[in-house]
Amino acid sequence: MKKGTLKQILLITDGCSNEGEDPVAMAALAREQGITVNVIGVLDQYDSEDSHGLQEVEGIAQAGGGISQIVQTKQLAQTVQMVTKQAMTQTIKGVINRQLQDILGDGETVEDLPPEKRGKVMEVVDEVGETADLHVCILVDTSASMKNKLPTVREALTDLSLSLSARMGENQFCLFLFPGKRKSVQKVISWTPQLDSIKRIFEKISSHGITPTGPAIKEAVKSFSSVSRKQSLFEDDEAYDDGPR
Amino acid sequence: MMAQDNLHFAPGTLITGKWHRNQYQLVKWLGSGAQGTVYLGREGRRMVAIKLAKDRASLISEVNVLKQFEKLQGDPLGPSLYDSDDWLTRGRTIGFCVMEYLDGISLADALKRKPFDWTLVYMLQLLKQLQQLHRSGYIFGDLKPENLILIHPGHSIRCLDFGGATRIGRSVREYTEFYDRGYWGFGGRRAEPSYDLFACVMILIYAAAGKRIVRTNEPQVQLVQFVKSHPKLAPYRKIAINAMRGSYPSAEAMRRELLQEIMTSRQSEPRSPQTRRTIRKTNTSSSNSWKSAWLAASVLLTAYILFVIIYVM
Repeated sequence: MKKGTLKQILLITDGCSNEGEDPVAMAALAREQGITVNVIGVLDQYDSEDSHGLQEVEGIAQAGGGISQIVQTKQLAQTVQMVTKQAMTQTIKGVINRQLQDILGDGETVEDLPPEKRGKVMEVVDEVGETADLHVCILVDTSASMKNKLPTVREALTDLSLSLSARMGENQFCLFLFPGKRKSVQKVISWTPQLDSIKRIFEKISSHGITPTGPAIKEAVKSFSSVSRKQSLFEDDEAYDDGPR
Repeated sequence: MMAQDNLHFAPGTLITGKWHRNQYQLVKWLGSGAQGTVYLGREGRRMVAIKLAKDRASLISEVNVLKQFEKLQGDPLGPSLYDSDDWLTRGRTIGFCVMEYLDGISLADALKRKPFDWTLVYMLQLLKQLQQLHRSGYIFGDLKPENLILIHPGHSIRCLDFGGATRIGRSVREYTEFYDRGYWGFGGRRAEPSYDLFACVMILIYAAAGKRIVRTNEPQVQLVQFVKSHPKLAPYRKIAINAMRGSYPSAEAMRRELLQEIMTSRQSEPRSPQTRRTIRKTNTSSSNSWKSAWLAASVLLTAYILFVIIYVM
């Protein structure tokens, strides 16, 4: 049986985009291609909770079919892994709901089943969430206001890698920073199963004033084609090695 | 996270299940957690605990786990499950489950009130429970004093919240940073018995320190150092370090060593060292002052006699 792959973009930011394409539209574009966009808004005690940028956070996640969460810097680690896992469950449930509608007719979802049956469905959801392959492209906002939050972001990402590597399914991560040194977006780690060795990357960052969130999401969407191409090549090799069955 | 907890209802509110049509009355608010709110409730004459869930999916997972444990033999690990259903109210659907009401105090409160000797007794009980749980193929996951309760008669320990219970081999479903070995750099978050045993050590550390200690840059060194240097933990440092490093294959193995250590260390130390020592200290100091008084008196007397002799001569 072929296992499914869940694709996610995880955007960590603290505010408003001010350059390039509309990030909400780019998130919708990602969703069109089966990629969920989750957004985490990071605040420290000086930021107010109702600023304009945080509305954008919610808008991006909604358009991207994902989850948004606004947190204080110190809660970041636990939030990052929780949001990622919740979004996985949500995606799997979405798929199951679509299947159910084919069988049961319009309007029936998992939520409309009696508790006993729903329990069985949830077991399946858990099972799939545990064994499915997961590709996460992480986008980190490195604009000036994020500068002193970056050490916590780094810690949270290491922690995310630790949490996800406990799963039975395979993981692939890649990491983009925006704004980048010369371009608006810079890829700092290409697809890899584990997110260690990110310590040094965050130390060399020079912060700019611009926040090109839209272009960053667009780049992230593009990156997914490279991982699937690499994987399909790999699968071909395997099939060839195994020979006919 | 925004705390939009809209699961508060007045006592007396009636809850009717959508599917099973059972009716319950809310009596008293008991507590709120990350997953939902728990009320003391009434079903006919029986008192029950009613958990209203924030997220129906995670409630269903917990109910699944509780059902698994119902099938097990031996001492119950947690409350029995009576019912799980949905409640339609004001256009909302709230998932809830109805459980046996366990009357007691949470381990978090008990650790604050009772001396450290008790902590060790609780730990032995907890390890026995964990052994049983692990044998059923699950780990507790989110193990912390707040999730454990001491039943009133007999001080027996029971697990309250199975939201973190995870089948062995999978990734831990829910955890609390302070009790999580990943947070302290002692390993991953795959569900194995040793994951729970690490949390046990953190419960000991919490009890000894009286608070959640703050993580430093080198958490591994920090914890080992803490266990070695803290007077309450030092006798058990070997066991604590073994458990932190994941050396015990089972809760039973850790329990056996801990029990042995408690029995032997008792002999060298009086039962309640603090009070005894202070009493003894006052005793010795009072006898000391008597001695010094006698000494001073005799010195004075000798000096006086010498003086008189010399004067007379």
